[in-house]
Amino acid sequence: MATHKVSMKVNGKTVSGEVESRTLLVHFLRETLRLTGTHIGCDTSQCGACTVHMNGESVKSCSLFAVQCEGQDIKTIEGVATGDQLHPMQQAFKDNHGLQCGYCTPGMIMTALDMVRRIPNPTEQEIRKNLEGNMCRCTGYHNIVKSIAAGAKAMAGAR
Amino acid sequence: MYEFDYHKAKNVKDAVAIAKKRDEAKYLAGGMSLVPPMKLRLSKPGNLIDLNEVGELAGIKVDGKTVAIGAMTRHEVVAESKDVKKAIAALAKLAGGVGDPQVRHRGTIGGSLANSDPAACYPTAVLGLGATIETDQRKIAADDFFTGLFETALKEGELITKVVFPVPDKACYIKFPNPASRFSIVGVFVSKKGNDVRCAVTGAGPCVFRVKGIEDALKKDFSPKAIENYKHPTAGLNADIHGSAEYRAHLITVLAKRAVAGAE
Repeated sequence: MATHKVSMKVNGKTVSGEVESRTLLVHFLRETLRLTGTHIGCDTSQCGACTVHMNGESVKSCSLFAVQCEGQDIKTIEGVATGDQLHPMQQAFKDNHGLQCGYCTPGMIMTALDMVRRIPNPTEQEIRKNLEGNMCRCTGYHNIVKSIAAGAKAMAGAR
Repeated sequence: MYEFDYHKAKNVKDAVAIAKKRDEAKYLAGGMSLVPPMKLRLSKPGNLIDLNEVGELAGIKVDGKTVAIGAMTRHEVVAESKDVKKAIAALAKLAGGVGDPQVRHRGTIGGSLANSDPAACYPTAVLGLGATIETDQRKIAADDFFTGLFETALKEGELITKVVFPVPDKACYIKFPNPASRFSIVGVFVSKKGNDVRCAVTGAGPCVFRVKGIEDALKKDFSPKAIENYKHPTAGLNADIHGSAEYRAHLITVLAKRAVAGAE
Protein backbone atom coordinates (compact mmCIF):
# COMPACT_ATOMS: atom_id res chain seq x y z
CA MET A 1 0.00 0.00 0.00
CA ALA A 2 1.40 3.33 -1.09
CA THR A 3 2.17 5.95 1.50
CA HIS A 4 2.03 9.68 1.01
CA LYS A 5 4.41 12.41 2.09
CA VAL A 6 2.35 15.10 3.73
CA SER A 7 3.31 18.55 4.90
CA MET A 8 1.08 21.02 6.73
CA LYS A 9 1.22 23.86 9.21
CA VAL A 10 0.35 22.84 12.78
CA ASN A 11 0.19 25.56 15.43
CA GLY A 12 2.24 27.85 13.22
CA LYS A 13 5.03 25.38 12.47
CA THR A 14 5.49 23.49 9.24
CA VAL A 15 5.52 19.75 9.91
CA SER A 16 5.73 16.77 7.62
CA GLY A 17 5.45 13.03 7.78
CA GLU A 18 4.74 9.87 5.87
CA VAL A 19 1.15 8.60 6.14
CA GLU A 20 -1.05 5.88 4.74
CA SER A 21 -4.13 6.99 2.80
CA ARG A 22 -6.29 5.84 5.69
CA THR A 23 -4.39 7.72 8.42
CA LEU A 24 -6.84 10.10 10.06
CA LEU A 25 -5.71 13.62 10.92
CA VAL A 26 -6.26 12.88 14.62
CA HIS A 27 -3.89 9.90 14.46
CA PHE A 28 -1.27 11.97 12.64
CA LEU A 29 -1.53 14.66 15.32
CA ARG A 30 -1.43 12.27 18.26
CA GLU A 31 0.89 9.51 17.10
CA THR A 32 3.27 11.15 14.63
CA LEU A 33 3.45 14.65 16.12
CA ARG A 34 2.76 13.48 19.72
CA LEU A 35 0.25 16.29 20.15
CA THR A 36 -1.97 14.29 22.48
CA GLY A 37 -4.18 17.18 23.62
CA THR A 38 -6.57 16.36 20.78
CA HIS A 39 -8.66 13.45 22.07
CA ILE A 40 -10.58 10.55 20.55
CA GLY A 41 -13.82 10.02 22.46
CA CYS A 42 -15.87 7.84 20.12
CA ASP A 43 -15.75 5.68 16.99
CA THR A 44 -18.74 7.29 15.33
CA SER A 45 -17.67 10.92 14.64
CA GLN A 46 -20.26 12.24 17.10
CA CYS A 47 -18.42 13.37 20.21
CA GLY A 48 -16.31 16.33 19.08
CA ALA A 49 -13.41 15.59 21.48
CA CYS A 50 -11.10 15.63 18.43
CA THR A 51 -12.15 19.12 17.27
CA VAL A 52 -9.30 21.20 15.81
CA HIS A 53 -9.26 24.22 13.51
CA MET A 54 -8.48 23.86 9.83
CA ASN A 55 -7.85 27.21 8.13
CA GLY A 56 -9.64 28.85 11.06
CA GLU A 57 -12.78 26.68 11.09
CA SER A 58 -13.68 23.94 13.57
CA VAL A 59 -13.52 20.41 12.11
CA LYS A 60 -13.50 16.90 13.52
CA SER A 61 -9.97 15.58 13.03
CA CYS A 62 -11.34 12.01 13.24
CA SER A 63 -13.24 12.46 9.99
CA LEU A 64 -10.51 13.90 7.81
CA PHE A 65 -7.58 12.03 6.34
CA ALA A 66 -4.14 13.43 7.10
CA VAL A 67 -3.30 13.31 3.38
CA GLN A 68 -6.18 15.74 2.74
CA CYS A 69 -4.50 18.32 4.96
CA GLU A 70 -1.52 18.85 2.66
CA GLY A 71 -0.68 22.56 2.75
CA GLN A 72 -3.46 23.36 5.21
CA ASP A 73 -3.24 25.40 8.41
CA ILE A 74 -4.17 23.34 11.49
CA LYS A 75 -4.53 24.57 15.04
CA THR A 76 -4.83 22.25 18.04
CA ILE A 77 -5.38 22.91 21.75
CA GLU A 78 -1.58 23.02 22.17
CA GLY A 79 -1.51 26.14 19.99
CA VAL A 80 -4.06 28.12 21.98
CA ALA A 81 -2.09 29.42 24.99
CA THR A 82 0.79 31.91 24.73
CA GLY A 83 3.65 30.26 26.61
CA ASP A 84 2.46 29.79 30.19
CA GLN A 85 -0.27 32.36 29.75
CA LEU A 86 -3.63 30.65 29.25
CA HIS A 87 -5.90 31.94 26.51
CA PRO A 88 -8.89 33.88 27.98
CA MET A 89 -11.17 30.99 26.94
CA GLN A 90 -8.97 28.44 28.74
CA GLN A 91 -8.86 30.71 31.79
CA ALA A 92 -12.66 30.98 31.71
CA PHE A 93 -12.99 27.18 31.76
CA LYS A 94 -10.63 27.08 34.75
CA ASP A 95 -12.40 29.89 36.60
CA ASN A 96 -15.91 28.51 36.02
CA HIS A 97 -15.05 24.86 36.61
CA GLY A 98 -16.06 24.15 33.02
CA LEU A 99 -15.00 20.53 33.24
CA GLN A 100 -15.46 17.46 35.34
CA CYS A 101 -13.20 14.66 34.07
CA GLY A 102 -11.71 16.99 31.44
CA TYR A 103 -11.66 14.53 28.57
CA CYS A 104 -13.96 16.60 26.32
CA THR A 105 -12.34 19.93 27.30
CA PRO A 106 -9.86 20.37 24.39
CA GLY A 107 -12.67 19.81 21.87
CA MET A 108 -15.00 22.09 23.85
CA ILE A 109 -12.43 24.90 23.84
CA MET A 110 -11.67 24.57 20.12
CA THR A 111 -15.41 24.64 19.40
CA ALA A 112 -15.86 27.61 21.75
CA LEU A 113 -13.15 29.59 19.94
CA ASP A 114 -14.76 28.86 16.56
CA MET A 115 -18.13 29.88 18.01
CA VAL A 116 -16.81 33.25 19.22
CA ARG A 117 -15.22 33.82 15.80
CA ARG A 118 -18.68 33.49 14.21
CA ILE A 119 -20.78 34.95 17.06
CA PRO A 120 -18.63 37.34 19.13
CA ASN A 121 -21.16 37.69 21.97
CA PRO A 122 -23.26 34.51 22.02
CA THR A 123 -26.42 34.17 24.11
CA GLU A 124 -26.88 31.10 26.30
CA GLN A 125 -29.20 29.63 23.67
CA GLU A 126 -26.65 30.24 20.90
CA ILE A 127 -23.92 28.63 22.98
CA ARG A 128 -26.04 25.52 23.60
CA LYS A 129 -27.00 25.29 19.92
CA ASN A 130 -23.39 25.63 18.79
CA LEU A 131 -22.28 22.88 21.18
CA GLU A 132 -24.36 20.30 19.30
CA GLY A 133 -21.20 18.70 17.93
CA ASN A 134 -19.53 18.21 21.32
CA MET A 135 -20.47 15.76 24.03
CA CYS A 136 -19.60 15.82 27.71
CA ARG A 137 -20.18 12.34 29.11
CA CYS A 138 -20.03 13.75 32.66
CA THR A 139 -23.02 15.90 31.55
CA GLY A 140 -21.22 18.99 32.84
CA TYR A 141 -22.81 21.26 30.25
CA HIS A 142 -24.03 23.91 32.67
CA ASN A 143 -20.57 25.11 33.62
CA ILE A 144 -19.25 24.63 30.09
CA VAL A 145 -21.92 27.04 28.85
CA LYS A 146 -21.04 29.48 31.66
CA SER A 147 -17.35 29.20 30.78
CA ILE A 148 -17.91 29.95 27.12
CA ALA A 149 -20.04 32.99 27.96
CA ALA A 150 -17.31 34.27 30.29
CA GLY A 151 -14.56 33.44 27.78
CA ALA A 152 -16.37 35.30 25.00
CA LYS A 153 -16.73 38.32 27.27
CA ALA A 154 -13.05 38.22 28.25
CA MET A 155 -12.04 37.93 24.58
CA ALA A 156 -14.21 40.95 23.71
CA GLY A 157 -12.55 42.88 26.53
CA ALA A 158 -9.10 41.92 25.26
CA ARG A 159 -9.83 43.20 21.74
CA MET B 1 -10.27 0.98 8.55
CA TYR B 2 -9.58 -1.05 5.44
CA GLU B 3 -6.84 0.21 3.16
CA PHE B 4 -7.64 2.23 0.06
CA ASP B 5 -5.81 4.33 -2.52
CA TYR B 6 -6.18 8.09 -2.34
CA HIS B 7 -6.33 10.34 -5.40
CA LYS B 8 -6.59 14.12 -5.41
CA ALA B 9 -8.67 15.35 -8.36
CA LYS B 10 -7.65 18.62 -10.05
CA ASN B 11 -10.90 19.23 -11.89
CA VAL B 12 -14.14 17.48 -12.88
CA LYS B 13 -12.63 15.87 -15.98
CA ASP B 14 -9.73 14.52 -13.97
CA ALA B 15 -12.04 13.17 -11.22
CA VAL B 16 -14.26 11.35 -13.70
CA ALA B 17 -11.22 9.94 -15.55
CA ILE B 18 -9.75 8.54 -12.31
CA ALA B 19 -13.12 6.98 -11.39
CA LYS B 20 -13.26 5.23 -14.78
CA LYS B 21 -9.82 3.69 -14.32
CA ARG B 22 -10.17 2.46 -10.73
CA ASP B 23 -12.17 -0.31 -9.11
CA GLU B 24 -14.55 0.35 -6.23
CA ALA B 25 -13.95 4.07 -6.53
CA LYS B 26 -15.89 6.63 -4.56
CA TYR B 27 -15.78 10.41 -4.68
CA LEU B 28 -14.76 12.04 -1.40
CA ALA B 29 -16.65 15.31 -0.86
CA GLY B 30 -16.94 16.56 2.73
CA GLY B 31 -16.60 13.00 3.99
CA MET B 32 -19.05 13.54 6.85
CA SER B 33 -21.17 10.54 5.82
CA LEU B 34 -18.51 8.60 3.93
CA VAL B 35 -15.69 8.45 6.48
CA PRO B 36 -17.60 7.36 9.65
CA PRO B 37 -18.81 4.02 8.16
CA MET B 38 -15.32 3.42 6.74
CA LYS B 39 -13.94 3.75 10.27
CA LEU B 40 -16.40 1.08 11.41
CA ARG B 41 -15.49 -1.15 8.44
CA LEU B 42 -19.08 -0.95 7.23
CA SER B 43 -17.87 0.53 3.96
CA LYS B 44 -14.84 -0.50 1.94
CA PRO B 45 -14.08 1.66 -1.09
CA GLY B 46 -10.88 0.61 -2.87
CA ASN B 47 -10.19 4.11 -4.13
CA LEU B 48 -11.16 7.56 -2.89
CA ILE B 49 -11.14 10.49 -5.30
CA ASP B 50 -10.86 13.70 -3.29
CA LEU B 51 -12.91 16.58 -4.73
CA ASN B 52 -11.94 19.13 -2.10
CA GLU B 53 -9.56 21.01 -4.37
CA VAL B 54 -11.86 21.08 -7.39
CA GLY B 55 -12.67 24.80 -7.30
CA GLU B 56 -15.12 24.67 -10.19
CA LEU B 57 -17.48 22.53 -8.09
CA ALA B 58 -17.93 25.12 -5.31
CA GLY B 59 -19.91 28.33 -5.31
CA ILE B 60 -23.38 29.86 -5.41
CA LYS B 61 -25.03 31.73 -8.28
CA VAL B 62 -28.38 33.44 -7.76
CA ASP B 63 -30.43 35.12 -10.46
CA GLY B 64 -34.07 36.21 -10.31
CA LYS B 65 -35.46 32.77 -10.98
CA THR B 66 -32.94 30.22 -9.72
CA VAL B 67 -30.37 29.47 -7.07
CA ALA B 68 -27.53 27.31 -8.39
CA ILE B 69 -25.31 25.68 -5.80
CA GLY B 70 -22.07 23.90 -6.73
CA ALA B 71 -21.82 20.32 -5.52
CA MET B 72 -18.84 21.03 -3.25
CA THR B 73 -20.43 24.04 -1.55
CA ARG B 74 -20.32 23.48 2.22
CA HIS B 75 -23.44 23.67 4.38
CA GLU B 76 -22.03 26.62 6.33
CA VAL B 77 -21.53 28.62 3.13
CA VAL B 78 -25.13 28.03 2.02
CA ALA B 79 -26.44 28.82 5.52
CA GLU B 80 -24.55 32.12 5.67
CA SER B 81 -25.06 33.21 2.05
CA LYS B 82 -26.92 36.56 1.90
CA ASP B 83 -28.05 35.76 -1.65
CA VAL B 84 -29.52 32.38 -0.67
CA LYS B 85 -31.19 33.87 2.42
CA LYS B 86 -32.84 36.50 0.23
CA ALA B 87 -33.92 34.16 -2.57
CA ILE B 88 -34.87 30.98 -0.64
CA ALA B 89 -34.65 31.62 3.09
CA ALA B 90 -35.86 28.09 3.84
CA LEU B 91 -32.87 26.61 2.01
CA ALA B 92 -30.34 28.65 4.00
CA LYS B 93 -32.12 27.73 7.22
CA LEU B 94 -32.12 24.05 6.30
CA ALA B 95 -28.37 24.14 5.59
CA GLY B 96 -27.78 25.83 8.96
CA GLY B 97 -29.52 22.97 10.75
CA VAL B 98 -27.59 20.04 9.25
CA GLY B 99 -25.53 18.12 11.81
CA ASP B 100 -23.42 20.44 13.96
CA PRO B 101 -20.99 23.32 13.28
CA GLN B 102 -18.02 21.01 12.61
CA VAL B 103 -20.06 18.96 10.14
CA ARG B 104 -21.36 22.11 8.42
CA HIS B 105 -17.79 23.34 7.88
CA ARG B 106 -17.00 20.23 5.81
CA GLY B 107 -20.24 18.66 4.59
CA THR B 108 -21.43 19.47 1.06
CA ILE B 109 -24.74 19.48 -0.81
CA GLY B 110 -23.45 17.12 -3.50
CA GLY B 111 -22.22 14.63 -0.93
CA SER B 112 -25.49 14.68 0.95
CA LEU B 113 -27.55 14.07 -2.20
CA ALA B 114 -25.32 11.33 -3.59
CA ASN B 115 -25.52 9.56 -0.23
CA SER B 116 -29.33 9.82 0.04
CA ASP B 117 -29.49 9.06 3.73
CA PRO B 118 -33.10 8.27 4.69
CA ALA B 119 -33.04 11.04 7.33
CA ALA B 120 -30.93 13.68 5.55
CA CYS B 121 -32.23 17.25 5.28
CA TYR B 122 -31.03 18.38 1.82
CA PRO B 123 -33.08 15.85 -0.18
CA THR B 124 -36.29 17.50 1.10
CA ALA B 125 -35.27 20.87 -0.34
CA VAL B 126 -34.31 19.29 -3.67
CA LEU B 127 -37.59 17.37 -3.96
CA GLY B 128 -39.71 19.98 -2.19
CA LEU B 129 -38.59 22.75 -4.55
CA GLY B 130 -38.42 20.61 -7.68
CA ALA B 131 -34.70 21.25 -8.22
CA THR B 132 -32.57 19.88 -11.03
CA ILE B 133 -29.42 17.91 -10.29
CA GLU B 134 -26.69 18.43 -12.87
CA THR B 135 -23.95 15.85 -13.32
CA ASP B 136 -20.92 15.54 -15.60
CA GLN B 137 -23.24 13.74 -18.04
CA ARG B 138 -26.82 15.04 -17.78
CA LYS B 139 -29.53 16.87 -15.87
CA ILE B 140 -31.74 14.85 -13.53
CA ALA B 141 -35.09 16.10 -12.20
CA ALA B 142 -35.48 15.77 -8.43
CA ASP B 143 -38.52 13.53 -8.96
CA ASP B 144 -36.31 10.99 -10.75
CA PHE B 145 -33.24 11.24 -8.53
CA PHE B 146 -34.01 9.53 -5.21
CA THR B 147 -34.70 5.85 -5.82
CA GLY B 148 -34.39 4.14 -2.43
CA LEU B 149 -32.45 3.63 0.79
CA PHE B 150 -28.99 5.14 0.06
CA GLU B 151 -29.87 4.73 -3.64
CA THR B 152 -30.05 7.37 -6.35
CA ALA B 153 -30.31 7.55 -10.14
CA LEU B 154 -26.56 8.24 -10.35
CA LYS B 155 -24.66 5.71 -12.46
CA GLU B 156 -21.27 4.26 -11.56
CA GLY B 157 -18.72 7.08 -11.67
CA GLU B 158 -21.29 9.79 -12.41
CA LEU B 159 -20.47 13.02 -10.58
CA ILE B 160 -22.91 15.67 -9.35
CA THR B 161 -21.64 19.09 -10.42
CA LYS B 162 -24.39 21.41 -9.20
CA VAL B 163 -27.99 21.70 -8.07
CA VAL B 164 -30.32 24.30 -9.54
CA PHE B 165 -33.29 25.34 -7.38
CA PRO B 166 -36.21 27.33 -8.79
CA VAL B 167 -37.08 30.24 -6.49
CA PRO B 168 -40.54 29.63 -4.95
CA ASP B 169 -43.10 32.19 -3.78
CA LYS B 170 -42.65 30.81 -0.30
CA ALA B 171 -41.21 27.76 1.41
CA CYS B 172 -40.38 26.35 4.82
CA TYR B 173 -38.58 23.34 6.28
CA ILE B 174 -39.44 22.00 9.72
CA LYS B 175 -37.30 19.29 11.24
CA PHE B 176 -38.11 17.18 14.28
CA PRO B 177 -34.57 16.11 15.18
CA ASN B 178 -33.46 13.14 17.17
CA PRO B 179 -31.86 14.92 20.14
CA ALA B 180 -28.77 12.68 20.04
CA SER B 181 -27.92 12.40 16.35
CA ARG B 182 -29.62 15.60 15.10
CA PHE B 183 -30.89 13.63 12.13
CA SER B 184 -34.59 14.10 11.42
CA ILE B 185 -37.00 11.64 12.98
CA VAL B 186 -39.24 13.36 10.45
CA GLY B 187 -38.59 16.54 8.46
CA VAL B 188 -41.06 18.23 6.11
CA PHE B 189 -40.35 20.76 3.36
CA VAL B 190 -43.29 22.66 1.86
CA SER B 191 -43.09 25.12 -1.03
CA LYS B 192 -45.58 27.14 -3.07
CA LYS B 193 -44.95 28.59 -6.52
CA GLY B 194 -47.96 29.99 -8.32
CA ASN B 195 -50.65 27.33 -8.12
CA ASP B 196 -48.16 24.54 -7.56
CA VAL B 197 -47.42 23.15 -4.11
CA ARG B 198 -44.79 20.57 -3.24
CA CYS B 199 -44.41 18.71 0.05
CA ALA B 200 -41.35 16.49 0.63
CA VAL B 201 -40.74 14.31 3.68
CA THR B 202 -37.49 12.89 5.09
CA GLY B 203 -36.85 10.50 8.00
CA ALA B 204 -40.13 8.65 7.52
CA GLY B 205 -39.36 6.31 4.60
CA PRO B 206 -36.42 4.58 2.88
CA CYS B 207 -35.66 7.89 1.15
CA VAL B 208 -37.27 11.29 0.72
CA PHE B 209 -40.79 11.24 -0.80
CA ARG B 210 -43.63 13.59 -1.79
CA VAL B 211 -47.05 13.55 -0.13
CA LYS B 212 -49.74 13.99 -2.77
CA GLY B 213 -52.60 14.16 -0.27
CA ILE B 214 -51.05 17.19 1.43
CA GLU B 215 -50.04 18.83 -1.86
CA ASP B 216 -53.57 18.52 -3.32
CA ALA B 217 -55.21 19.96 -0.20
CA LEU B 218 -52.74 22.85 -0.07
CA LYS B 219 -53.24 23.66 -3.77
CA LYS B 220 -56.89 24.41 -2.94
CA ASP B 221 -56.15 26.27 0.27
CA PHE B 222 -52.58 27.01 1.41
CA SER B 223 -53.30 27.00 5.13
CA PRO B 224 -52.54 24.68 8.08
CA LYS B 225 -56.27 24.12 8.49
CA ALA B 226 -56.53 22.63 5.00
CA ILE B 227 -54.42 19.61 6.03
CA GLU B 228 -55.34 19.19 9.69
CA ASN B 229 -57.39 16.06 8.97
CA TYR B 230 -54.80 14.48 6.66
CA LYS B 231 -53.78 11.02 7.91
CA HIS B 232 -50.72 9.52 6.24
CA PRO B 233 -50.81 5.74 5.74
CA THR B 234 -48.35 3.91 8.01
CA ALA B 235 -47.49 1.20 5.48
CA GLY B 236 -43.82 1.34 4.48
CA LEU B 237 -42.87 4.01 7.03
CA ASN B 238 -39.75 3.64 9.17
CA ALA B 239 -40.11 2.32 12.70
CA ASP B 240 -37.31 2.15 15.27
CA ILE B 241 -36.65 2.80 18.95
CA HIS B 242 -37.02 6.53 18.30
CA GLY B 243 -40.51 6.35 16.87
CA SER B 244 -43.11 3.91 15.51
CA ALA B 245 -44.56 4.15 12.00
CA GLU B 246 -47.76 5.59 13.57
CA TYR B 247 -45.74 8.26 15.37
CA ARG B 248 -43.93 9.23 12.17
CA ALA B 249 -47.20 9.29 10.18
CA HIS B 250 -48.64 11.65 12.80
CA LEU B 251 -45.53 13.86 12.65
CA ILE B 252 -45.87 14.26 8.88
CA THR B 253 -49.16 16.13 9.30
CA VAL B 254 -48.04 18.08 12.36
CA LEU B 255 -44.81 19.25 10.75
CA ALA B 256 -46.46 19.99 7.39
CA LYS B 257 -48.94 22.26 9.22
CA ARG B 258 -46.06 24.06 10.94
CA ALA B 259 -44.20 24.37 7.64
CA VAL B 260 -47.25 25.93 5.96
CA ALA B 261 -47.68 28.34 8.87
CA GLY B 262 -43.97 29.25 8.74
CA ALA B 263 -43.63 29.53 4.96
CA GLU B 264 -42.10 32.83 3.81
